[in-house]
Amino acid sequence: MSEPIINFEKVSKWYGEFHVLRDIDLAVAKGERIVICGPSGSGKSTLIRCINALEEYQEGRLTVDGVEITDDVKAIEAVRKEVGMVFQQFNLFPHLTVLENLTLAPMWVGRVPKKEAEERAMTQLARVRIAEQAGKYPLQLSGGQQQRVAIARSLCMTPKIMLFDEPTSALDPEMIKEVLDVMIELAGMGITMLCVTHEMGFARSVADRVIFMDQGQIVEQNTPAEFFANPKSERTRDFLSKILSH
Amino acid sequence: MDAALHAPVIARPAPVRSAGLLAWLRANLFADWKNALATIIVVALITRWLPEIVDWAFVRSVTRPDNAACRALDHSGACWGVIAEKYRLILFGRYPFDEQWRPLLATLLMVVMLVASCTRVLWSRWLVVAWLAVLVVFFALMRGGIAGLTPVETARWGGVPLTMLLSTLSIAAAFPIAVLVALGRRSHLPAIRTLCIVYVELIRGVPLISVLFMASFMFPLFIPPGITVDVLVRVLVGITLFAAAYLAEVVRGGLQAIPKGQHEAAAAMGLSYWQTQRKIVLPQALRMVVPSIMNSFISTFKDTSLVTIVSLYDLTGSLALALGGDADWRQFYMEGYLFIAAIYWTFCFAMSRYSQWVERHLRVGNAR
Repeated sequence: MSEPIINFEKVSKWYGEFHVLRDIDLAVAKGERIVICGPSGSGKSTLIRCINALEEYQEGRLTVDGVEITDDVKAIEAVRKEVGMVFQQFNLFPHLTVLENLTLAPMWVGRVPKKEAEERAMTQLARVRIAEQAGKYPLQLSGGQQQRVAIARSLCMTPKIMLFDEPTSALDPEMIKEVLDVMIELAGMGITMLCVTHEMGFARSVADRVIFMDQGQIVEQNTPAEFFANPKSERTRDFLSKILSH
Repeated sequence: MDAALHAPVIARPAPVRSAGLLAWLRANLFADWKNALATIIVVALITRWLPEIVDWAFVRSVTRPDNAACRALDHSGACWGVIAEKYRLILFGRYPFDEQWRPLLATLLMVVMLVASCTRVLWSRWLVVAWLAVLVVFFALMRGGIAGLTPVETARWGGVPLTMLLSTLSIAAAFPIAVLVALGRRSHLPAIRTLCIVYVELIRGVPLISVLFMASFMFPLFIPPGITVDVLVRVLVGITLFAAAYLAEVVRGGLQAIPKGQHEAAAAMGLSYWQTQRKIVLPQALRMVVPSIMNSFISTFKDTSLVTIVSLYDLTGSLALALGGDADWRQFYMEGYLFIAAIYWTFCFAMSRYSQWVERHLRVGNAR
């Protein structure tokens, strides 16, 4: 494996006295697609939020695209330019139109001229099949549409890495598919993807590796075929039986 | 039974609501017995008092500046003559009588600029330039000493121009200070946070009158001899700092209401702290607190009347000055106060209506 694009070395994090990430070792190759699952409170969201420094860690070493994540603001801002993130609650900016949501970062962080930023935005909106909504405000859209706008917004910065933090958990069942379809399409583009989700169908069809976390540790990781067919640890079997049983 | 068959219902228009005068009266004035009772009481009060008020204010009133006629009324009718007699002293205070065209022109310029600032199509860089120009002209007109105008010291400025100058400048200066202090109180840098908390709590803990006293009488004791800061400037700084402390808490209320996800989304995109505040947080936070901001502005506008305490004669002070020294007219202070109350009310009502327009205007995007 060539130089990993994301490398966790013995990373630990505490919330007060609670040891939420425990000596995490994880190397992600460029272009790899990883699905992270596990019970709530297992630290999976915290893990991916360390990658763009939304959470800080106390011990160990984390490098992203060759930059070590420290408390250096300039380094963090540089990393964030390369890392897109999609949130469970979409987090679109309600006071800006869809188009303005998409052009904001390219114009202010990437220093792209307005016209070019708008062209870029329309391309991404077309990719997530929502170009006709460009002039609307986020709250006028359905949940599924908002999440697709959020994905397009991240793509406008042409990131090397995309993080998804439970992107379908806040959606009505009918809208989950339209978001997953967009994510499956992205998976074919060669972007490095880390996705916290319980959509096991998605994991089966696109992931290179499935990681199972519990109590702040990586309990098991494997290819999806192996992971679902032959889970090694008792804890993994237990978890899978709960989420796959019906 | 063929319960399995689903027969779709075609959408049809909503039923027409009952309309007409009677329906309106019933719904709004006589909906139930409490509502009806309130209506009857209000109508009774109006029929009891309104004729007397109209009689006092318009029918028996004297509008000529005729002192004898006013006294003959013995307060059975309004003596508007007191305003006809004293209006220039009330409106311009102790400003030299023959030069009062200067404060009049200065005030009109200021009003034009205020109206222009509230007009959307004129919002541009030029507005700032125009403001600077108008302020220079304002001070030149008021102060004199150039272009052949006789100098008038600031202690003699008074009335409406002083009220407008104090409130406009202190509101304009307090707003940016308030935003910075509100952000500072939420800063993760302890020094900045503490400084902002101390500032707000100190200023909020004392009455404006004591701030003005300090600005006027104590401040000169602490600066080296030979340096004098004009009393108008000192008072202006005092009002500004006072208004900013209250406004900062209003703005902070808006900042608190912005969900954490907005900060995180902005950070994840690589926006810096200041870009996040300017583009994401403040636009949402400020529009949420427009009514409270306007509340603070209106308060500040009326608080300027307290400068009388340090011998600056704003609109309220000028009225006291105009009537207090004149035994013939002193007894008609009621009419005088009604007059300046009407002036204050006009300004405040305009501000209030403007705030409603701003709210409507900013509502775009909030589809809820």
